Amino acid sequence: MSPYTFFIAGAYGVTAFVVAGLVLRAVLDYRAQVRALADLESRGVGRRSRRG
Amino acid sequence: MIRELANPTRFMSLSGIALPWIGGLSAVVLVVGLYLAFFVAPADYQQGDTVRIMYVHVPAAWLGLFFYVTMAASAVGSLVWRHPLADVSQKAAAPIGAAFTLICLVTGSLWGKPMWGTYWVWDARLTSMLVLLLIYGGILALWNAIEEPNRAARAVSILTLVGAVNIPVVKFSVDWWNTLHQPASVFRMGGSTIHPSILVPLLVMAVGFTLLGVALHLSGMRTEILRRRVRTLTILEAERLDAGLAHPAPAGPAPIRTGAA
Repeated sequence: MSPYTFFIAGAYGVTAFVVAGLVLRAVLDYRAQVRALADLESRGVGRRSRRG
Repeated sequence: MIRELANPTRFMSLSGIALPWIGGLSAVVLVVGLYLAFFVAPADYQQGDTVRIMYVHVPAAWLGLFFYVTMAASAVGSLVWRHPLADVSQKAAAPIGAAFTLICLVTGSLWGKPMWGTYWVWDARLTSMLVLLLIYGGILALWNAIEEPNRAARAVSILTLVGAVNIPVVKFSVDWWNTLHQPASVFRMGGSTIHPSILVPLLVMAVGFTLLGVALHLSGMRTEILRRRVRTLTILEAERLDAGLAHPAPAGPAPIRTGAA
């Protein structure tokens, strides 16, 4: 085991944690917006209703 | 081509097709890069195994700068052409650039301790990178402080363009000042000073990180477009409800009451 294992593992661990956070945030935020949009459309709120 | 892409509906369609491919490719390239970094690349003759930190530190630094330049270009699009997709691009890039800048600072600190004997030093390169992170933080705060997206975009664009002054400072800090941080060793006049056995894994990791960043940016832009649609429809619904309350429907015939009260 390298004497620098703590520093190397720490660097890769932090990188993995932050990247996983970015990916998770992207997925959850996208799903939340899709759900909100579907909810609004199911209630009959749509762009066409502006004209109607 | 650019005009077609600049249409949000067209963008949603094309990015929906491209996103899984770019995301999948980034995962493959990163796996190959990690294999090269840990099992093929040798330890550095001076820095030993700590050189392996470079394979995440340097690509993260490049992407921290790359996303700021992307935001600055989008800011011009917002201010000059007032294009909504430029606003969306700016907003989606900010958290990604901030995250990669944070990775750069933390991994650099973890590399600095065994090599320099300290986690932090107020060196020009480190300080200008910290300033970049603070600018990203200010931009994210400003996006959240102004509710109306078009007004927010204009204010953020100005802040982004002012903050762009820091980008050449980050890049050339190692040339302009005597710093503890090493000078440029990949992109420099006269070619790279890094041996190919270390340079190739670094470039593979950089390509993997860039693909990941592009995938995250596309995904963030798609989400922001949806968020704006949701906002528009929510306002529309609220207006309809207000109109309904202001002009209530005429009352129907009174119910026929039967039996004793």
